[in-house]
Amino acid sequence: MLSKLLTNYEETVAVILFCIGFSTMLLNKNLLKKIIGMDIMDTAVYLFLASQGYIKGRTVPIVVDGIQSVEAYINPIPAGLVLTGIVVSVSVSALMLALCIRLYYRYNTLNLDEIIALAGKEEV
Amino acid sequence: MQFVQNFPFFCILLTLMGAVASSVMNSRMARRTTLFLILADLAMNVSVMIYTLQTGDSYAYKMGHFPAPWGNEIRVGVLETVSLTVFLLVILFAFLGGMRKSEKEIEPTKYNIYCILTDLVMLSLIALVYTNDMFTAFVFIEINTLAAAGLVMMRQGGRALVAGVRYMMMNLLGSSLFLIGCVILYTITGHLLMVNIRESVAALAATGQYHVPLTVVVSLISVGLAMKCALFPFDKWLPAAYSNSTPTGSAMLSSIVSKGYIFLLIKVYVRVIGFDVIRSLGICDVLFIFGAIGMVAGSVNATRAKTTRMMVAYSSVAQIGYIFAALGLGSEMGVMCALWHTLAHSATKSMLFISAHTLDHASGDTHLRKDLRGAFYRSPLAAAAFTLGAVNLVGVPLLSVFITKVTMAQAAIQIGGRHTVIALCALAISTLLNAKYFLGTTMQMYIPDHEHPERNAKVKINFYAALGLIGFIALNLTLSFFAQGIFGALLDGLARFA
Repeated sequence: MLSKLLTNYEETVAVILFCIGFSTMLLNKNLLKKIIGMDIMDTAVYLFLASQGYIKGRTVPIVVDGIQSVEAYINPIPAGLVLTGIVVSVSVSALMLALCIRLYYRYNTLNLDEIIALAGKEEV
Repeated sequence: MQFVQNFPFFCILLTLMGAVASSVMNSRMARRTTLFLILADLAMNVSVMIYTLQTGDSYAYKMGHFPAPWGNEIRVGVLETVSLTVFLLVILFAFLGGMRKSEKEIEPTKYNIYCILTDLVMLSLIALVYTNDMFTAFVFIEINTLAAAGLVMMRQGGRALVAGVRYMMMNLLGSSLFLIGCVILYTITGHLLMVNIRESVAALAATGQYHVPLTVVVSLISVGLAMKCALFPFDKWLPAAYSNSTPTGSAMLSSIVSKGYIFLLIKVYVRVIGFDVIRSLGICDVLFIFGAIGMVAGSVNATRAKTTRMMVAYSSVAQIGYIFAALGLGSEMGVMCALWHTLAHSATKSMLFISAHTLDHASGDTHLRKDLRGAFYRSPLAAAAFTLGAVNLVGVPLLSVFITKVTMAQAAIQIGGRHTVIALCALAISTLLNAKYFLGTTMQMYIPDHEHPERNAKVKINFYAALGLIGFIALNLTLSFFAQGIFGALLDGLARFA
């Protein structure tokens, strides 16, 4: 079991990071920490995905020295997907951070429970 | 290839370009652009629907002149075009119905942003319905989440902002689970295109390989999308998000955003993994149980709700429960029931939200259910629309939701055993509770307010709200009275979908 985890260490690290991010996002009351948790979670998925495209002994899929055999290069698809995913994550993080600023100006706290309680007292 | 076959791609491209262009427009131009986009998408989609109905076949449309995964691909068939036509009609009537009230509730300088968000929700819905690629589905899920969160927060009040945060948190968790599900699926099949994944999964299922990873994949995708649809017990974010939004926002969140995810889930089950494999993994039973609990729990919470919008919002939790319970039955009739209810509920719930906002406004901008006494005399058209929506969701015969309930009962009886008992009990309890809160609210609208006779005077509603409400009434009646034809087309589409 341990040897399998060590052999697939990228995947193991990715799963551990995902669990850390997931629990941080779910259990923390602080909005900023929730966003950090969300980013860790996304990064873990991208690490997992990028590791799937890597093939030991091969190089980046850019044709150099006229070598056109696919056997020479790693799988470029996961890398492309990771780039797309990162763009999506950045947009989500930016929106969440902007929202945090709005909420902090309004309620002077980043604790989500306190914010919910204060908002509940406002008129509908 | 015929020219009409390009239209789904044109819909996506046109909507995207329109949304970008709206960012430099003033409010009036942005509103006109959004209306134009909705009408253009609807016209193009109806053309493709007629084409697919005439040919009876589906086609894959390659984008970028490269085969997937380098290029991208969409799949167009009867199921997609018929469903999308209903969704686009809902968007049109929701936008018209809530247009004037939304203008009052949103800062004038931000109205063009509101139009952009509406465009983006429509764009992501079209892409989710047509896409043939799992990663593209994830990207548009995220676009949908961001745009929908913007719609929730557009009113700028504290409650709307908090509702937006809670919406984002829960939905982002759901998106992450969906993404990791897609990634594991890619690692075990080597594909992202739905057709190719299906072939690989069938081969894996036949040999019994990767049984555990496949179970994990289906569980992650199901839980991720269930979180985003607000299936019980992931429904805590829904009432605040739906009830604190603008009229169009509430209608679109309840009828378009969640339905896009449900359509995608049906697509994953039927087209990507295959329903035989899904049944063998035992996921259906979990969905069925949570769906059945959601049917009752949502209705109980709706009964307790003090405001009309909260009641309608909690009713959505119950209706989402119907869809998941039907899916969880794990039969073709169950899937068909889920699909039909997705469309029927979409048309009904958006009508209920638009009419509830109109009735609240006509009753002196109240939110409380008890203040709707005599609302029929203040706004007869909105009261008629609310009544139609209410009796429809209760399950009165001849109307569209009645077909859902009958189909679900038939599907449950076909399966037999504990499923039959649980499904019939959940249906009976939910229907009784629906009748209690919906008919209770509706009946008091027709009782004049004798204590305050001045409140019985008719309040004029704006032309666009009236147009939206008339459109919704027509759409719901069409879905009810032409149900046989529409149901048949969907059934045919579902058979070709796999």
